[in-house]
Amino acid sequence: MPGVGKRTEPPGDASASPWGFRGVQIRQVDTPTLMQRVLFHGEPGSMAGLLWNVALILLVFLPFMSVFAMLAIWGERRVAGRMQCRPGPNRVGPFGLFQSVADGIKLILKEDLIPANADAVLFRLAPYLAFAPVFAAFMALPFAQDFTYEPRVSSGLFWILAILSVEIMGVILAGWASNNKWSIYGAMREACQMVSYEIPLGISIIVAVMAAGTLNMVELGKIQSGGIHTWLICRNPFVFLAFFVYFIASLASNKRAPFDLPESESELVAGFHTEYSGLRFSMFFFAEYAAMFVVGAIQVATFLGGWNDPFGLIGYYHAKWSKEQFDMGLIALNCIGSAIFVLKACGIVLVQMWLRWTLPRPRIDQVLYTCVKVLLPIACILLLGGAIWPLIVPDTVGMPWATYNPWSVADWQKAGATGALITQGLLAILVIAIKGSLIGWVAYAWFTRKTVRPRLSEAEPIAEVV
Amino acid sequence: MNTTLAILAQNSAGAPDGATALINTALFYVFAAMAVGSAIGVMVSRNIVRTAVCLLMALLGVAGLYLGMHAEFLAAVQLVVYAGGTLVLIIFGVMLTNNSTFQLYRPKRLEVVVGSGLVAMLATVLITAILRSGMADRVVTSGNTYAIQTLGEALLGDYLVPFELISVLLLAVMIGAAYLAKGRRREGEGQ
Repeated sequence: MPGVGKRTEPPGDASASPWGFRGVQIRQVDTPTLMQRVLFHGEPGSMAGLLWNVALILLVFLPFMSVFAMLAIWGERRVAGRMQCRPGPNRVGPFGLFQSVADGIKLILKEDLIPANADAVLFRLAPYLAFAPVFAAFMALPFAQDFTYEPRVSSGLFWILAILSVEIMGVILAGWASNNKWSIYGAMREACQMVSYEIPLGISIIVAVMAAGTLNMVELGKIQSGGIHTWLICRNPFVFLAFFVYFIASLASNKRAPFDLPESESELVAGFHTEYSGLRFSMFFFAEYAAMFVVGAIQVATFLGGWNDPFGLIGYYHAKWSKEQFDMGLIALNCIGSAIFVLKACGIVLVQMWLRWTLPRPRIDQVLYTCVKVLLPIACILLLGGAIWPLIVPDTVGMPWATYNPWSVADWQKAGATGALITQGLLAILVIAIKGSLIGWVAYAWFTRKTVRPRLSEAEPIAEVV
Repeated sequence: MNTTLAILAQNSAGAPDGATALINTALFYVFAAMAVGSAIGVMVSRNIVRTAVCLLMALLGVAGLYLGMHAEFLAAVQLVVYAGGTLVLIIFGVMLTNNSTFQLYRPKRLEVVVGSGLVAMLATVLITAILRSGMADRVVTSGNTYAIQTLGEALLGDYLVPFELISVLLLAVMIGAAYLAKGRRREGEGQ
């Protein structure tokens, strides 16, 4: 449709649009990534590159997912124990770390039961359908700037959210194929809950995306590389609030308590996985804990600065060393970045666990009320505010390291972004305060761990809580 | 035909070398077989939920084909709209309305005959149209790195009016649905 509003300037041009893409450069498809440069001296050779990718999937991502799920299950039980004034699993291995391994062996040895009147094909298929999408989401997760399986997906964030939405089908099929009333109730609750919570989830993500101007996960991380005040959560007040909307909605879409109605064990036996036993049962748990990590990782990548440290050191040295072609340094930086990324995501997962053992479970109508009449309007207002904010307050989003120093006030003034600097500074102080209090609580819990007493029971204290 | 499919399957970004091209072609056939096989399953299956699962597999296969053409945005839209949204609602409706859980659908002989006739006609029309349009010889890929930016600029630039018209239509549908649901409830309260 030629005519009115025809844009001729190339997309991505710094001055093109006030709405975004402000100088954000997307990596060209043909540019070799760091690992390709180091390992294959440029574009990977056909067979070698293929083997490298297969090895990454089989030897890095799959083990990472399983080990994370095992540790998270152990962690969850320890957190629950700590919150209920009991030790939690502490017998198998140091600190009870191998409890999940023991449980896994038990589950493998159990009989693989399929109810006589169940739809056997769908019953068998469902656990895999719940597990596979979560694994596919790892494709675009940015562990570090060069440690991303596929950094070139221009809509990586949207891709992850989309592939995660397929996970519902596994749960629904599990509930339906079991031919059990409780399972079907669980599946139906899952269906309506997930479909409705996806909307505030997506909108709150869009608020952050609008502040950044890109959907590419690696670009999102690069934008936030200037220190804690350039993290997207500090970019403007609307993104700050969207962070909390996203967190609540992600709990619901992960069916974590207080939104664990699909498997509410006090009403529905075990909800959609009532009939499952053995390895298939554990597949659902692997999927759930991996989804917790993925959702936390999305939150870290879009709001909490991705792999960057609060001082912007990683971004600074990455820019410096990639100019100097100091590859070993870059790899070390990426390793540190990945550790920071995983640590941050684990922090989010820890908060998810606290909430599970703190809050009571609402009814299903209350859950839907919260979504449609509370979270959705809030998210829409945030969307509007997030759209208007960049027009009022000029920002430095996407300005490369070479042109300004994010820690120098003069540079911000030169860029005409004093207002942005003030808001970001205030929000950064707020974020540091919140984080500091969370870390303070963890520290308090850690230091008082030996003094736990059962409150209502006899005078005998628990002698050793490891 | 085969060569065209192979070209379609190829990685659009740069000239792919031997193994990459081979893998791309293989993946193309895997996803195509998945889409076509599941689509046949949708028609053949008598259990309505299995039909829905076959539909899911067909949609996933098509999403895989989109991914092979570097149209990851389209693939994601396919997943989020059809697989994650529409299909869930379909299954939800089926579970709400079905009386007996594992009801099998038994078509009458006339329905089979008429259905097959329609399928044959539609297939003939589609296949001839595709073959004659020369579409199969033109490889449409989005090798553009700015794919999603271009899309956004197009939607809010050149195609703003159709875009807004469609959203008005969607809004009307939404208001209509809300009105229908509310009206029925009020009637129920009156009784």
